[in-house]
Amino acid sequence: MNIFAPIGRALLLLLAQIGRLSMFTWSAVTGVFRPPIYWWHIFQQFLRIGYFSLPVVGLTAFFTGGALALQIYMGGNRYGAEAIVPQIVVLGITRELGPVIAGLMVAGRVAAAIAAEIGTMRVTEQIDALTTLATNPIKYLVVPRLLAAVISMPILVAIADIIGVFGGYVVATQSLDFSGGIYLKNTVDFMTDQDVMSGLYKAAAFGFIIALMGCYNGFHSKGGAQGVGAATTNAVVSSSILILAANYVLTSVLFSK
Amino acid sequence: MTPKIELKGVKKRFGPKVVLDGVDLVLEPGQSLVVIGGSGTGKSVTIKCVLGILTPDAGQILVDGKDVTHLRGRGRDEMLKKFGMLFQGAALFDSLTVWENVAFGLIQGRGMARRKAKDIAIQKLAKVGMGAEVANLAPSELSGGMQKRVGLARAIAADPEIIFFDEPTTGLDPIMADVINNLIVDTVKDVGATTLSITHDMTSARRIADKIAMLYKGKIIWHGPTKQIDTSGNAFVDQFIHGRAEGPIKMEVRG
Repeated sequence: MNIFAPIGRALLLLLAQIGRLSMFTWSAVTGVFRPPIYWWHIFQQFLRIGYFSLPVVGLTAFFTGGALALQIYMGGNRYGAEAIVPQIVVLGITRELGPVIAGLMVAGRVAAAIAAEIGTMRVTEQIDALTTLATNPIKYLVVPRLLAAVISMPILVAIADIIGVFGGYVVATQSLDFSGGIYLKNTVDFMTDQDVMSGLYKAAAFGFIIALMGCYNGFHSKGGAQGVGAATTNAVVSSSILILAANYVLTSVLFSK
Repeated sequence: MTPKIELKGVKKRFGPKVVLDGVDLVLEPGQSLVVIGGSGTGKSVTIKCVLGILTPDAGQILVDGKDVTHLRGRGRDEMLKKFGMLFQGAALFDSLTVWENVAFGLIQGRGMARRKAKDIAIQKLAKVGMGAEVANLAPSELSGGMQKRVGLARAIAADPEIIFFDEPTTGLDPIMADVINNLIVDTVKDVGATTLSITHDMTSARRIADKIAMLYKGKIIWHGPTKQIDTSGNAFVDQFIHGRAEGPIKMEVRG
């Protein structure tokens, strides 16, 4: 047996996958600019993706901010630099942890739900039914989810930023003997627009990744319940990895000076 | 007369597996054609090629004499407005109510006002023997046979010129199957549509077909009027319509 055959086959499969994803992305993105636009669907998805993710994103942001304050205090203590807690907490939350943690939580919640829903529609021929009813399934299903995710993620992250800083504030003032007023003053004085905005740009990109991966995997699922299960897993895994990779790329681009 | 639908040498393969190997099929206006054949012989793929859900690798598909094989976008949407389709599993949208399902093509495809579309949906539901009380239910609250009826109402909602039926009686009990067969015959007569059905249920095929064609190994191996199906003289057809395990068609147990 030729040892190059399996390598070639895997490579071809990978290239086919990349091609399919590129074409899917292209038709989804161009679909945003072509009528009809389903406003009601965008609003519904905005609620599902944004509003209903608030509790989970808020809780994780709160605990992350709290843990961050503790770590910085204990780490800073070694150099006698424990007073820097508010500055590092706000920097860490707005630039990195807010968008990344919110992105990963929403990926788990939303990418999975989108993939499962669209995957089930695929295997029960509902997507074919849309086509036969002269409705473009990309515009009807994918575009609203994509728009809703790109709009709602920055809003979610802005809220997560506030709650994360508040988590640090609670820990610092309740168990680390910081004065509340000074903590807040240091936070506000230190923070720049760029810290916050960079995080919000990231959030929009992560929203795009989450909706795209959910829709793409759902759309291309096959073979009944098992196929839908695999699509859901792939959606969460691929969107999580892409979020972390994109986070690195965006960080290096946004802060290159 | 221009055929309503004509397939010329349509070929389709998935990887190494050849599903359609040059299908030729002619559907005259007002005719009811049933394509029979075993599972996995490419019946569904044939329909999906005509609808543009799949693109054939070779061959031509003509609708009203116009080549639609590679039609895309708006042109395809316009062509699809002539069609109605009843899916095997009904394929109702489970996020919408029964009447919204029936009216979907009217509201989304044609931009009709919701109130007017709802009235039409309720009329169409009545045609398939369902009262207005089911209109606001979710599809998941209905039995399989009821879902099929709603699917039929959706297929005829926009008074299509052509209706496709994908295994209309599969998975239904014999009585419900007969009800669906009756509904198909009646509604088709009612709207005067040309129909193409695929099935492996011979009772159903005999009830709804003017003409029967048999698909085997990606080719049409026999076609003729329904009356002639018992005297086709074709060993493959005989084996299929009598459901015999022995004969020229060998079941590939390993797929």
